[in-house]
Amino acid sequence: MSEKNIYLPYLMTIDKVTKEAPGVKTYRLKFQDEAEAAAFDFKAGQFGEYSAFGEGESTFCIASSPTRKGYIECTFRDTGRVTSGLASLEEGSTMGFRGPYGNVFPMDEWKGKSLVFIAGGIALPPMRCVIWNALDLRENFKDITIVYGAKSVNDLVYKSELKEWTDRPDVKMVTTVDPGGETADWKGEIGFVPAIVEKVAPSSENTIAIVCGPPIMIKYTFPVLEKLGFKDDQIYTTLENRMKCGVGKCGRCNVGKLYICKDGPVFSREELNLIPAEEY
Amino acid sequence: METKYINISGLEQWFDAISASGKRIYAPVSARGQVDFMPVKHLNEVAKEYIQTTQSVKASVYPKAEVLFSYEKVHGKVNLTDFDPESVSETVLWKVHPCDAAGFKPLSAIFNWDTTDKLINAHLLKTTVVSYSCATADESCFCTSVNGSPGNVSGSDIQLTILSDGGAIAEILTAKGEALVALLPGVFEADRGDKKEKYLVDLPAKFSLEEVNAKLNKAFNSTVWKEQSERCIGCGACAFVCPTCACFDIQEDTHGSKGRRIRCWDACGFALFTMHTSGHNPREHQSQRWRQRILHKFSYMPERLSVVGCTGCGRCSRACPVDMNILEHITSIAEQ
Repeated sequence: MSEKNIYLPYLMTIDKVTKEAPGVKTYRLKFQDEAEAAAFDFKAGQFGEYSAFGEGESTFCIASSPTRKGYIECTFRDTGRVTSGLASLEEGSTMGFRGPYGNVFPMDEWKGKSLVFIAGGIALPPMRCVIWNALDLRENFKDITIVYGAKSVNDLVYKSELKEWTDRPDVKMVTTVDPGGETADWKGEIGFVPAIVEKVAPSSENTIAIVCGPPIMIKYTFPVLEKLGFKDDQIYTTLENRMKCGVGKCGRCNVGKLYICKDGPVFSREELNLIPAEEY
Repeated sequence: METKYINISGLEQWFDAISASGKRIYAPVSARGQVDFMPVKHLNEVAKEYIQTTQSVKASVYPKAEVLFSYEKVHGKVNLTDFDPESVSETVLWKVHPCDAAGFKPLSAIFNWDTTDKLINAHLLKTTVVSYSCATADESCFCTSVNGSPGNVSGSDIQLTILSDGGAIAEILTAKGEALVALLPGVFEADRGDKKEKYLVDLPAKFSLEEVNAKLNKAFNSTVWKEQSERCIGCGACAFVCPTCACFDIQEDTHGSKGRRIRCWDACGFALFTMHTSGHNPREHQSQRWRQRILHKFSYMPERLSVVGCTGCGRCSRACPVDMNILEHITSIAEQ
């Protein structure tokens, strides 16, 4: 067999488009080639390179759970050349996908533990994959808490799923918006994510905290978790440095001795301590 | 490995035989005031008096821009055309200096350490390297400080050492080298016992790689990065002339319904290299980018890939428009 071209994408059909928030969409993608679909597998935490032919590639996590077979989903905000190219595509259109890349959340090791998910803004998508993965295997975990915040009510993504998680008796769902981002009928919390985590004060006992958000949110959430008794090996995050190849060659996501695309994107806080904090 | 002698007219005949075999020959040519690798047909076109080509030979296996694949959109569907390794021609790189030939190993390590890179491997497979050992050097050369030497054969298929009579010692190092000799074996004579060392430039090591490595392991927060890079203008010339720099961008080139996805050289010295779409840039300052360049080459690559990202060719120092000198900077780190 001849050598595989790692830059050649899978061809995907956009099966379903969901508008999540202003400028934010979720695409459900299906493989056009049946053999590729059958051979494809991934785990929670992995990412891919999504392409709009004519515009280029962009890096996002796989936002759907590996427990949901037959498709993958990605959620993105229309901000640059590629994402606006993607956003202009319609249901039935063809786009490209390379992946799955990177390491995974060690969900098998988390069996029997409680999980606390902490996410801000457009960083819920990488968390959503893990949340659904945990909820689909609910008996494997103890308490599940989700703290999710966005700038405003309008900016919250996965609104119907937030409601579903709120309504579930086996999930403690806390939603918050930044001060000033609330609406008249807003029933959730008002305040920044780190402050709300402090207020919710999840127990650190036999618990894993998974944090994902803008660098500033992560920076202020870690000390709160520390105060709640979370040790570095109980805290996980997923990083999204700028990437091009996704396979450890283009040099872009090299931070310290690590490649975010190969050694990450999932890191425990213990592992994060090994790389310079200013570079991610 | 076998050592032979080839005289001056034998060299010319052999070169003509290689040329006649249909292989492309790239060799240093003097044009427009500088010497660079270009296609040549005859040995007399090859440049003689110079220390170093301006560009390294890297582009012959890792082109500045290369099509990863092309595509065509037809009625809402997309047809992909893969990169074809058969499109790569058999190439002989002639008169490569040992510091350039030594660059193939780190290049291959970067592209193949995990998954393999079909493109560079297609080029490497079809490339035969004829290196010339170095009889001259200048103040920017420091191969002997980074595991190299003026007669280092790493990355070469054949190494020639030019003798005072114009003939050469020919060290035939690999099967590819043997195949090239086989194009005109009659011109290769038995080894006359010439001592190669006698024809190599004396280039004492300027620093110890181990010492530099040990210092760099503790230097992340040092003030040295800011001090050294204060005059850096972030032009990226150092990366573009480097035989081992491999960082790339992936770009799209589209015309109507047809397009190509292209890999292009990039450089960690550019501000945009790490800039997120949000505007957040983990390497906001030039000093952080200079630090990344040095640490990547002298600390991260040795640890991750077991290769040094520098062959001591000195091109970055020669090309720098603001006279940043890697040798001085590394030496000063080693002496700290």
